[in-house]
Amino acid sequence: MTKEEVRQAVLDIIATIAPDEDLSTINRDAPLREQAGLDSMDFLDIVMELRKRYNVDVPEKDYMELVSLNSSTNYLAPKMADK
Amino acid sequence: MRMEDRIVITGVGLTAPIGNNLADFRESLLNCRSGVRKYETRFIGEVLAGVCDYEPTLYQTRKDIRRGTRAGSISIYCAHEAIKDSGLPFEDFDKSRMGVYLGITEHGNVETENEIYNISQYGYDVKYWSHHHNPRTIANNPAGEVTLNLGITGPHYTLGAACAAGNIGFIQGAQMLRLGEVDAALAGGVSESIHTFGIFASFKSQGALASHEDPAKASRPFDTGRTGIVVSEGGCIYILERLDDALKRGAKVYGELVGYCINSDACDFVLPAPERQAECMRKALKMAGIKPDDIDILNAHATATHMGDIQECKALREVFCGCKDVYINNTKSYIGHAMGAAGALELAGNLPGFDDGIVHPTINLDNLDKECKLDNIVANKPLQINEIKYILNNSFGMFGINSVVIIKKYDE
Repeated sequence: MTKEEVRQAVLDIIATIAPDEDLSTINRDAPLREQAGLDSMDFLDIVMELRKRYNVDVPEKDYMELVSLNSSTNYLAPKMADK
Repeated sequence: MRMEDRIVITGVGLTAPIGNNLADFRESLLNCRSGVRKYETRFIGEVLAGVCDYEPTLYQTRKDIRRGTRAGSISIYCAHEAIKDSGLPFEDFDKSRMGVYLGITEHGNVETENEIYNISQYGYDVKYWSHHHNPRTIANNPAGEVTLNLGITGPHYTLGAACAAGNIGFIQGAQMLRLGEVDAALAGGVSESIHTFGIFASFKSQGALASHEDPAKASRPFDTGRTGIVVSEGGCIYILERLDDALKRGAKVYGELVGYCINSDACDFVLPAPERQAECMRKALKMAGIKPDDIDILNAHATATHMGDIQECKALREVFCGCKDVYINNTKSYIGHAMGAAGALELAGNLPGFDDGIVHPTINLDNLDKECKLDNIVANKPLQINEIKYILNNSFGMFGINSVVIIKKYDE
């Protein structure tokens, strides 16, 4: 997957988890928590969906890497390069 | 009775396979409209069930629907509808003085079954087990979802009471009002049971799952052709208040709780005991201070299982033998067995009788089983009578839990 495809994959997952939110205007560098109304259970959903859809595991110590869309993309791109 | 002990119904919110509010539900009952249809369930395939079609997004975000449970969603819908119907000044009401008391037959089977199926798709690796499983399956989930959605900060819990649960949630609400624990109770029962294949499979193994080529004719209490239970989903939540509070704010009063009883057979896992059911009805009548003859409508539990109906009819004969003006109906012939919601829904369908004097019938009663013979079963068409003053509602469940509620037409 290219970096752009990884970004889209993350956005698709967030769209599933937060279906009421408009993600078209999301600031890629700002925290997702406020922008998409995500709480801790939602971040666990993101981790679960990454596992289910792409067989990618995000260990607990790395959860902070998922804080924004760009940080998520940067963190996940190497893990999903061969997907 | 002290004014503060008089408990009245001031709001009704419901969803059933034949209506998403009391007016539509009643209209279906008076028009003999069944809500049973074909339904696909995991591992079994086609079964018959009662399915609700209320719109969840009226009161929930799509995210909350996804995160919560069907029972929670049904509860939220019913709670909103009940509050709206009651005219309660909800915005200004002290939310710490509201309680949510919901009867459930079971809760958590649906969500556990879903998770097991989910991990089966990943070689039973439990790292795919959802973190939502615990909050979805805790027993207070349906009532808890209501408090989260509405910002109610008073007590909330569910009451596990098999198929007697709808009445028992109602009774619990009344008791908490009498104790002064709350000033308004959201009380009733809910069920999401059709979303677990297990309940169908278990009734099938027990020889108690209804089947019929015409779904509308499948639920046939007291009929010789009955084959068992049609499982359905639904919910019914009442707003209960103390009479003086209701009068002070000029609320519409649907009826007054004048008698109730909960007791136990203490003899069998599944087979009901008529003597205890009769005792339950007698104790409720005694609390109401009335005789069996005073009851106008008796809504029977009437599951349409072979032995369940026979046993209940024995109990009814024991208490009501010779009563010429007690009219007997049931609701399961229309919607199937709504489990935890059954008692609450079945009472609701009869409440408009206080205003219109009509007894809705039991449907699908073509050949009365002689072992279910009773005077005054209202069969297949509604009956207009002079005045309906008292309704007695029976709800019984596994492990011999019996519940009876008696509601009186409100008069000053």
